[in-house]
Amino acid sequence: MKNPLRYRLAFAFIVVIIVVPMMFPFFWMFMSSIKTQVDIIHWPPKFIFEPTLQNYSRVFNEQNFLLYLKNSSIVGACAVFFSLLIGLPAAYSIARFMQKRLLMLILVARLMPGISFLMPWYIVFSRLRLMDSYIALILSHMLISLPVVVWVMSSYFESIPIELETAAMVDGASRMRAFLVIVLPLSVPGIVTATTLCFIFSWNNFMFSQVLSMEKTRTLPIAVYNFMSYAEVDWGGVMAAAVAIIAPAIILTMIFQKYVIRGLTMGAVKG
Amino acid sequence: MKQGNFFERNLKIIFPMPAVFFVLLLMIFPVCYTLFISFSDWSLTAGRPMRFAGISSYIKVLNEPRFFDAIIRTFVFTAGAVAAEAVLGTIIALILNRTFKGKELLKFLLLLPLVATPVAIGIMWNLFFDPTIGFLNYVLDTLGLPKSGWVTEPSTVLASLMLVDVWQWTPMITLIILAGLAGLSPEPYESARVDGASALQTFFRITLPMIMPTILTAVILRAVDALKTYDIIYAMTRGGPGYSSETLNILAYKFSFEYFNMGQASAVLVFLFLLVLAFSLGVMKIRKKFEL
Repeated sequence: MKNPLRYRLAFAFIVVIIVVPMMFPFFWMFMSSIKTQVDIIHWPPKFIFEPTLQNYSRVFNEQNFLLYLKNSSIVGACAVFFSLLIGLPAAYSIARFMQKRLLMLILVARLMPGISFLMPWYIVFSRLRLMDSYIALILSHMLISLPVVVWVMSSYFESIPIELETAAMVDGASRMRAFLVIVLPLSVPGIVTATTLCFIFSWNNFMFSQVLSMEKTRTLPIAVYNFMSYAEVDWGGVMAAAVAIIAPAIILTMIFQKYVIRGLTMGAVKG
Repeated sequence: MKQGNFFERNLKIIFPMPAVFFVLLLMIFPVCYTLFISFSDWSLTAGRPMRFAGISSYIKVLNEPRFFDAIIRTFVFTAGAVAAEAVLGTIIALILNRTFKGKELLKFLLLLPLVATPVAIGIMWNLFFDPTIGFLNYVLDTLGLPKSGWVTEPSTVLASLMLVDVWQWTPMITLIILAGLAGLSPEPYESARVDGASALQTFFRITLPMIMPTILTAVILRAVDALKTYDIIYAMTRGGPGYSSETLNILAYKFSFEYFNMGQASAVLVFLFLLVLAFSLGVMKIRKKFEL
């Protein structure tokens, strides 16, 4: 803060130039969600208007919104839970036994376009009568979250000094016990990072749910998309739905900001 | 006791087993199955059993003009958007790389486009782009410029989609580079100051070379994802108007789930698969060369 005032003002000005274009679409979306249809299609666009909540009440009442909310939450929570269940031991094994090839294999899932698995899944899940089931959706979302868990956690486990485990094992504990009682409790920050990212990715997923879910298990992104395609003129309702689906991801990010940043940037910085 | 020993001795196999099994079942098997179908003329709408058809699906796909257009479009989209993101993201990171009040809040704002649901982002930009009521045409109008059709015109649709991608993902590059800058050692800067280097010299001789690996990795990560962009394009244009924003992913989706022509869809998927594989291998070579 030793800089003279004019430098600080210039810096503030530049920050405003960066932030305004970045935030304006969100701002406009929110404004439109509390406008009446007449105000939305008004030209030139209105900045001062009488706010209304009718768009939100229309979305929540007319649509099966609560069902889709439930579906998205169940699929997201289960995909995260099962990815942790099978991903944590795999990540530990990769970190402690230097299984680089295994890491590569699992990371290939991160590189491949999801669509290249989707058509075979569609055929197999149809044959098994698993279309429109939670199982199919959760399995597909796990293909996104498992690589995230393995990626985040294998490097986290590597950062935990191995001496803690060897000491416990000298005292007679099994490696399994050392993993459960010593390593896992120390890894909570890493697990929080992986969990938050995986849940957000599942929450936002469009492609897999678009093909594998129908009326019964439809998730929010599909519902919002469908709402837009049959109610294209109802901009207010569509914007209210968009705000409603973005809000939980933003709230999660607000709570776990540090972890989300670490998770998103770790790949590049650590190398 | 004996069982416990067996478990302990084979931990390095038992621990990764469920994850490996999962990957084989949901990733490796589907890829093989796709390869298998690509040599058939199977179509879900024709109502006849699968027949071996040699490489006819591949020939049909290679003769499909939409396929080549989609390849070129995918590359243009990826190269253009990622290049813009790299330049803008780096500049913004360099500007923000200092301590100031509200930095944490700013980082939170940077995260918003990254965590917001892509479908909702697409919808939000569609309102923004709308030719008759959209805010962007209001801006053009106010500036005395002609209005644009944005995503409703074949000539501007790809550029408009790239604009959305740049808006959404520049913050990612910025955050990565900010993290990289925070990890730089202060010593070279101290010696540079002692030697009386100018700010410009310090930047080009010290900062840039030191963060180059970070920039490169960020660009690679972003390019892999940009090649696969699907949600936003589908939500905003479904590949239209006409076929003018059809990328490989969108084309593959349409072949599979709109035309249900599984043979040709599989052939497109195999090409897409090889493309991403080739890109990833190339990337690994580059990473080795730069010792990242």
